[in-house]
Amino acid sequence: MEGQGQEGQGSGGHVSEGQVGAAGGGAGELLIEARGLGKRYGDKRVLDGLDFEIERGGFMLVTGPNGSGKTTLLRLCAGLAVPTSGELDIRVPRQSVGFAGHEPLVYRELTAIENLDLYGRLYRVPERRERIGMLLERFGLWSARNQRAGSFSRGMQQRLSLCRALLHEPALLVFDEPYSGLDDAGAELLDRELADLRAGATFVVSTHDPARVLPLASTRLAFA
Amino acid sequence: MKRYLADVAVLARKDLTLELRARDTLPAMLLFVVSALVVFHFALPKHSSDLAAKGLLWVAIVFTALVGLTRAFVAEREQRLIDGLLLAPCDRSAIWLAKSIAVLAFLGVAEIVALPAYALFFSGIGWSTVVAVLLADLGIVTVGTLLSAIAAVSRTRELILPLLFLPLAIPVVIGGVGASVVGSPARYLGFLCLYDVVFAIISWASFEYVVTE
Repeated sequence: MEGQGQEGQGSGGHVSEGQVGAAGGGAGELLIEARGLGKRYGDKRVLDGLDFEIERGGFMLVTGPNGSGKTTLLRLCAGLAVPTSGELDIRVPRQSVGFAGHEPLVYRELTAIENLDLYGRLYRVPERRERIGMLLERFGLWSARNQRAGSFSRGMQQRLSLCRALLHEPALLVFDEPYSGLDDAGAELLDRELADLRAGATFVVSTHDPARVLPLASTRLAFA
Repeated sequence: MKRYLADVAVLARKDLTLELRARDTLPAMLLFVVSALVVFHFALPKHSSDLAAKGLLWVAIVFTALVGLTRAFVAEREQRLIDGLLLAPCDRSAIWLAKSIAVLAFLGVAEIVALPAYALFFSGIGWSTVVAVLLADLGIVTVGTLLSAIAAVSRTRELILPLLFLPLAIPVVIGGVGASVVGSPARYLGFLCLYDVVFAIISWASFEYVVTE
């Protein structure tokens, strides 16, 4: 991420970008580079003229009020949407992106272990069963592994969603409001996971509770 | 190719498992097709021509398929699960092919019930009708699954899907009825084969663009 603070214009108002606490972690190699990034849905301009860069190993914290374009930005970074203007260069392959959004992206009729097995097969995760077992254990879902995801509480679904996002050990983690639905224990668990993963992955995280991840962040993009 | 087929198998198995557990598509299709044939049985005047009865069979098949297609992307739509599949490193056309296989299976089961029911209510069914139904199923599910994915992103999806699907199903009905009633059905069966190939290629190639936001 560029050391100098930058400013641009977003549809939601003023957008500011600047370096914060933690070190970038990378050797200057850019993982994501956006120039004049814009996104429209029909007549509605959600993002416009956004410039930012994220180095490999960086952690970009995205903050802002509801409707300011955070989710759209994260969907663009995850490759789930394409820009309508400007350039967005994401220098990791699709299989190296882990995304956790507002929805847990798990099938309600499948059990926790079946959901992770489905994604594990699609991602060709080596030693899939061991990896799934380890994640379920780590996120406190092992005892519920054979229960259908539809019977899970919101917090358990969010934990399962994080297991899904981390299953294939992605190089780029895109988390949209990862703390939503988590209880205190779940939030603390996520704090520890993010801290553990901080050294080995690049992050783009949006949250309404920036204090929680600010110590980890190397850059902050604030939508006003 | 092996990897592609493995992805298709994983995704199709997922769709079949979901239906086995939720049972919200196949029972509706079975109920619809049997009800339609019963209604047609009583609505059609006695001594009506075989052509009229075969026409109604094809109407029942097309609308039964529509019931299944309407629900094809419900799970992916309601919780944005399509995002999870789009993020996976599999070829996106594998999602379409797997979903087509699942819908084809549901439609096949519905027809296993529907064709004997038709024979019971109306008249016997020849081999040409069975072959025409099989070929028509392929065309219906290939184009229908693509259109179902298009409709899934629309707020008026229940309205959009029939509007898109029924005009494109007209050639299937023409080919199916023709193959069912003429003495030498080869021309109509060939037409259905051509329809299947053309729309399978178009659907396979365009699915990625349909689901990309």
